[in-house]
Amino acid sequence: MSDTTTGGGRDSALLRVAWKAVKLVATVALTFLGLLVVTFLIGRVVPVDPVLAVVGDRASQSVYDRVYLELGLDKPLYEQFWIYLQKVMTGDFGQSFLTKRDIVDDIARVFPATLELATVAILIGTVIGIPMGVWAAVRQGRFADQAVRVLGLVGYSAPIFWLGLLGLLVFYARLQWVAGPGRIDIAYEYALTPKTGLLLLDSAMQGQWEVFRNVFSHIILPASLLGYFSMAYISRMTRSFMLNELAQEYVTTARVKGVPEWRIIWVHALRNAAVPLVTVVALSYANLLEGSVLTETVFAWPGLGQYLTNSLQNADMNAVLGGTLVIGSIFVGLNLLSDLLYSLLDPRVRRGR
Amino acid sequence: MLHSRTLLAATVAAFTLFSAPVRAETPADTLIQAWAIDDIISLDPAEIFEFTASEIAGNSYEGLIGYDPADVTKIYGKIAESWEVAADGMSISFKIKPGRSFASGNPITAEDVVFSLTRAVKLDKSPAFILTQFGLNPENVDQMVVQEGADTVVFKMDKPYAPTLVLYCLTATVGFVVDKKLVMEHEANGDFGYEWLKTNYAGSGPFAIREWRANEAVVMERNANYSGDAPAMARVIYRHIPEGATQRLLLEQGDIDIARSLTAEELDAVRANPDLKIQEGPKGSIYYLGLNQKNEYLSKPAVRQAMKYLVDYQAIADTIMKGKVSVHQAFLPNGFLGALNDNPFALDVARAKELLAEAGVPDGFSVTMDTRNTPEITGIAQAIQQTMAEAGITMELIPGDGQQTLTKYRARNHDIYIGRWGPDYQDPHTNADTFARNPDNSDDATSKPLAWRNAWDIPEMTKMADAAMLEGDAAKRAEMYLEIQREHQETSPFVIMFQEIEVSAMRNNVNGFIVGPSFNDNNFAHVTK
Repeated sequence: MSDTTTGGGRDSALLRVAWKAVKLVATVALTFLGLLVVTFLIGRVVPVDPVLAVVGDRASQSVYDRVYLELGLDKPLYEQFWIYLQKVMTGDFGQSFLTKRDIVDDIARVFPATLELATVAILIGTVIGIPMGVWAAVRQGRFADQAVRVLGLVGYSAPIFWLGLLGLLVFYARLQWVAGPGRIDIAYEYALTPKTGLLLLDSAMQGQWEVFRNVFSHIILPASLLGYFSMAYISRMTRSFMLNELAQEYVTTARVKGVPEWRIIWVHALRNAAVPLVTVVALSYANLLEGSVLTETVFAWPGLGQYLTNSLQNADMNAVLGGTLVIGSIFVGLNLLSDLLYSLLDPRVRRGR
Repeated sequence: MLHSRTLLAATVAAFTLFSAPVRAETPADTLIQAWAIDDIISLDPAEIFEFTASEIAGNSYEGLIGYDPADVTKIYGKIAESWEVAADGMSISFKIKPGRSFASGNPITAEDVVFSLTRAVKLDKSPAFILTQFGLNPENVDQMVVQEGADTVVFKMDKPYAPTLVLYCLTATVGFVVDKKLVMEHEANGDFGYEWLKTNYAGSGPFAIREWRANEAVVMERNANYSGDAPAMARVIYRHIPEGATQRLLLEQGDIDIARSLTAEELDAVRANPDLKIQEGPKGSIYYLGLNQKNEYLSKPAVRQAMKYLVDYQAIADTIMKGKVSVHQAFLPNGFLGALNDNPFALDVARAKELLAEAGVPDGFSVTMDTRNTPEITGIAQAIQQTMAEAGITMELIPGDGQQTLTKYRARNHDIYIGRWGPDYQDPHTNADTFARNPDNSDDATSKPLAWRNAWDIPEMTKMADAAMLEGDAAKRAEMYLEIQREHQETSPFVIMFQEIEVSAMRNNVNGFIVGPSFNDNNFAHVTK
């Protein structure tokens, strides 16, 4: 941009931002609409009778017929969808047939459990996975590289269900290092005033360190397990990004200049590898936030994964759609966040080139 | 390198710092049970029909009357002091015990009883038929259930039904008494407080429900205003632990007191552990195969009969279910009035082949069986598949989720369905009504019992079952049910196989847990530890 067009440039920059915002909103809205349509159709196509989830197996035909009408199932599919959409627009996500509560309340209850678990897991996965990947790249082809590869491979291929039970058997039952399934011991259950629903945060904010310790001892095993799985992925990706960077000319230049090797690896190369890594970590995090139904089952973790699976099996459509929206929002949100981080980390993106 | 080592050291330090000894026995005044509680869809007695919710209601609400779980013929008053059947058999009047109160402190009055029963009929939720089968409906219930004087409730009927039938129906959860004053404080849009009560509590039992967190926990507390003896436990907590292996680990570690849903393998491990014990109680649930009469092969009487000889009953009970069922081949479970305990069928491939030849299919045929994908049902189904094959019947198992197989079954779209049926109340009519009655076999029938689902048209047997419902003399009535079951056993398209035994595993120090014939009889008011 030249000096003479400064005024007009600001206007057009503003316009550009506005246009970008409109595009963004439209994309997000369309994404959500698409998500809802697909989920709604799947929910109606599955060979499960939603009325049964409400009335059970024993209800008389008259009760069955009444509930069938109450659920609006006699109306054509597009009309059912339109009614649902209108309600969602006004913020009414309806009630779950199964829990008899508002979907919003249900999600507010189960999502923090998943959020907390996923956050600790992704922290573990990133904090261990990235250095491991870097290490493997630096020692390419040597023992360390092979060790990281094997560790990653086990993380990829071992069934999480089996690994979870094994972890419980070893660390909970035998060694007694960690607490068992569940989020908190019964004894502490009512010691805490729930604020955020994130028990680690709640207990820390209220200065209840004994509770914090207990919650931590419950979360650490499932989080390590999930963290291990993301670590496997993150370390593999870090390794390949780093190998790519370490082969670049600027690395050679730096070496020639006499920059210490650790600086080359951890500052020069990793900083460049960090850009694509952000997406990798964000995607892993988003995957974890969907809730892992198997981990949640083994560890009796009352999270989103169990909630959604149970809802889906019972054709509890309001709950399924509500949960889908939450997961959709997470993906959209994390995508936006990683775009933002991109521009922070990569000056080229920042300058819009 | 330095960095990664520091990080590693920090992680290890964090582990050791926070995860030091975390062992804690369950508190002495708290009973903690692990169960799969995701079947709960409501806490309102007018709607409760699921196993877990029934048990919770049985410990937190009271009905007019109850029975002794050890001997169900002993019926006694709970909220009612006494009752009297009218001379014409068309009504029963209940006198309410004075001086008792709800957990809220409100007194229990005849008005509460009338309110609770009429409310259940008017709300017309799934279990309402248990009351409406006596001729009650939302329009007439205000005239059929009435208060007389200060402390008497009269329950009127359209026919002189067998008095025990009526009484047993009133012991079901749908007949439990709710606190009118408390419930009506939460009424909205003429819903009789339903929106509120489905997640709240207004009862008078030994425990009060403090909280239900769906798929997570149910917390109950000693009811300070309970009119009977105060329970020893201050709190009873159900934790939702769907996985049996996880339940077992928690039980072995002492983090729970009772594990409710262990598989046969896990029970073997529990039996070998000296810190743990097993408690068994026969339940009313029946395992059976339903043979759809719309299928050309299955509709032949000799084929139905052959299939009854192609199940290795004893081997399945011993090796797959390992004590969680006993062989039982009639539709009334042992313990019910008139239950038939003869088991005439055993695996007999030669006899089955003769019968198949008689039916004109000497080389067998192919059918499908819709099978719930639980380990136990799948195990039973596979064993049956094997023995059927020995007589040339090719049985394809179609696995599915519970709701999915049920949806198909209810639409009569199956060949064979492997099912489990639990009685709704303690009277023989409950199972006769579904296994041996089919008033209308057309596709759009208003009543769709199990006989209908298998398209078994039985006008004669329906009449017999209807007559048994009205017989006032218990001995004669028992004889009528025996006769129906004998015929049913020989001719019906139901291969009735087992009666369930509920097996719970608990810590050695837990005493006084009562396992009754139905889930609302499971009682922990007398538990000590």
